[in-house]
Amino acid sequence: MIDMNRNGEVWVFAEQEAGQLSDVPLELLSKGRELADTLNVPLAAVILGNNIAKLSEKLIQHGADCVYLADSPVLEHYQPASYATLICDLITEYKPQICLFGATAIGRDLAPTVASSMKCGLTADCTDLQIGNHTDPLTKKVTENLLQQIRPAFGGNIIATIVNPERWPQMATVREGVMRMSVADPSRKGDVVAVTVNIDPTTLPTQVLESKRRPKKVNLKGARIIVAGGAGVGSRDNFRLIWDLANILGGAVGGSRAAVDLGYVDHDHQVGQTGTTVRPALYICAGISGAVQHRAGMQESAKILAINIDKDAPIFGVAHYGVVGDLNEVIPKLIKTIRSGASLEEAVTGTAQND
Amino acid sequence: MGYNSIVCVKQVPDTKQITGQAMKSDGTVNRAALPAIFNPEDLNALESALEARDRHGGTVTVLTMGLPSACDVLRDALCRGADHAVLVTDRRCAASDTLATSYILSCAVRKLNADVVFCGRQAIDGDTAQVGPQLAEKLGYTLVTYLEDFEFEGRTVRVRRNIGNGYEVVRSQLPALFTVVESANKPRPQALRKALKFKKALSPLEVNKIVTEQLPDADDNTKRSEAANRCQALAKQGLLITQWDLDDLEADLTWCGVTGSPTKVNRIQSIVLAGGDYKEFPPTDAGINQLIYELVEDHTIG
Repeated sequence: MIDMNRNGEVWVFAEQEAGQLSDVPLELLSKGRELADTLNVPLAAVILGNNIAKLSEKLIQHGADCVYLADSPVLEHYQPASYATLICDLITEYKPQICLFGATAIGRDLAPTVASSMKCGLTADCTDLQIGNHTDPLTKKVTENLLQQIRPAFGGNIIATIVNPERWPQMATVREGVMRMSVADPSRKGDVVAVTVNIDPTTLPTQVLESKRRPKKVNLKGARIIVAGGAGVGSRDNFRLIWDLANILGGAVGGSRAAVDLGYVDHDHQVGQTGTTVRPALYICAGISGAVQHRAGMQESAKILAINIDKDAPIFGVAHYGVVGDLNEVIPKLIKTIRSGASLEEAVTGTAQND
Repeated sequence: MGYNSIVCVKQVPDTKQITGQAMKSDGTVNRAALPAIFNPEDLNALESALEARDRHGGTVTVLTMGLPSACDVLRDALCRGADHAVLVTDRRCAASDTLATSYILSCAVRKLNADVVFCGRQAIDGDTAQVGPQLAEKLGYTLVTYLEDFEFEGRTVRVRRNIGNGYEVVRSQLPALFTVVESANKPRPQALRKALKFKKALSPLEVNKIVTEQLPDADDNTKRSEAANRCQALAKQGLLITQWDLDDLEADLTWCGVTGSPTKVNRIQSIVLAGGDYKEFPPTDAGINQLIYELVEDHTIG
């Protein structure tokens, strides 16, 4: 662990794969910018990899004042032994006060390893981060300007705010899509600090033999309309209804964690705290009761239409439009109405239609 | 020449069963209202360890830190084929975050000695997925997360990792710690013969409790010697669950429980939804027509 360092920077781990930055580090930089400005300290990005120097500029354009760049063939593939060791050395040297990681496959491997080695705290899958004070419930001692790490807990029935008052750096992971990405500013200037990498590859305990990645099957973040189903849909076959409604609206298909766990729809489609966070123009959810983890991933949608048989389902608490009824009846009616509406429009504009 | 495995398991509240009844009026969670279950991915971890023993020999020890009632998952693991079961229970473990938990587990793993440690990727009550990686760091074992398939090759292991949007094949040196994902395997059910035997397995704490119930009027010395005799008899049949406290582990108390946990709860808010503040449409043809009309009207669709 490091001592509390009020002048310490805010750090974002900038994950890259094969020389490409994903959205998460850029989203974290825009949140990090906010935190750093509140604390009046610089924001830095830490990037490790091979042949990645060109990415520094993008990180600066997205808000970093400084980039710590570790560029070496030995860092071509991620593994905790090399990445965590380097990051711990950097933390010990520069004493940042906050370190943020994406809650990705790599981030969820790396961040706990770093936290364990630094003997500091780590909060997983935060849905919000703020700067605020903490009063110790026993001693009443107040510690100012801590990173408040906010996440749903215990099956989503509570929202917990976690702080690390003493053992720093304050560390948290955040899922993709949770923070809004800011627009790149090409006029921004920043420093690049080259990090010396002294790792003998033969001493590393893991060799990567093969690595295959496929693009996501669905682009939920970019969808204007999302139709999502939950456990209430009842079966994978019946999920056809969700697909049909999405198709006719030109939207993407989403699912609650329960629907994914039950095998109704693949994990790529999961909306919520442990899936993707979305903000479409219209979010239609059917058979989703609305656990807080799910709501955390969709409640900022511009319009929410909830269809649920239970009038007391929590999902109605965030909905703009609601239909209390059986989705097996409501969705076919929606499809029918949309279809007839489309034909009507075509008829008015004089287009031939015979469907 | 087999591999000795330790499987870290956790008894968790079945968070899928959370309903309104599980919340108390003050907004806190009524844990007693939730069934306690074997954390699902820990069953996959156990299955992987049993497969390793089937192929190469060696032993499988299940380890848990928790309340005395966590013996339920240890018994379940014994009925499915684990060789030994260890319960770490101590009031001073209470309020441990993932860092303190991984420290306490590391003390127990060191005492047991293992070539490989299998953990479930994450537990359903917290979903943090942090204890596995932190335990590997504390032990200095090679960390291999998201294991889907594996094959030992002498003192190395070849692992296929499920990284969500694809996979990776790695070769890692032992000793290693794996976190196992649900897609790795299908956990075997309890074996009938083993189930008949191991459902009788007990921890010393449970033996004490039974003796106190059965001999309510006996003095403490009688109870103590009766409990000791019963424990001895259970041990002979391989039915005594090993039970350790933090003293047995020679754990440094500054790294355990509240003092060992850097994360502190600043605030807990229960989820109270205002509700009712939406525009309702009846599930009739007319209602749905009206709904679609409004969505088209404000350019949300169309």
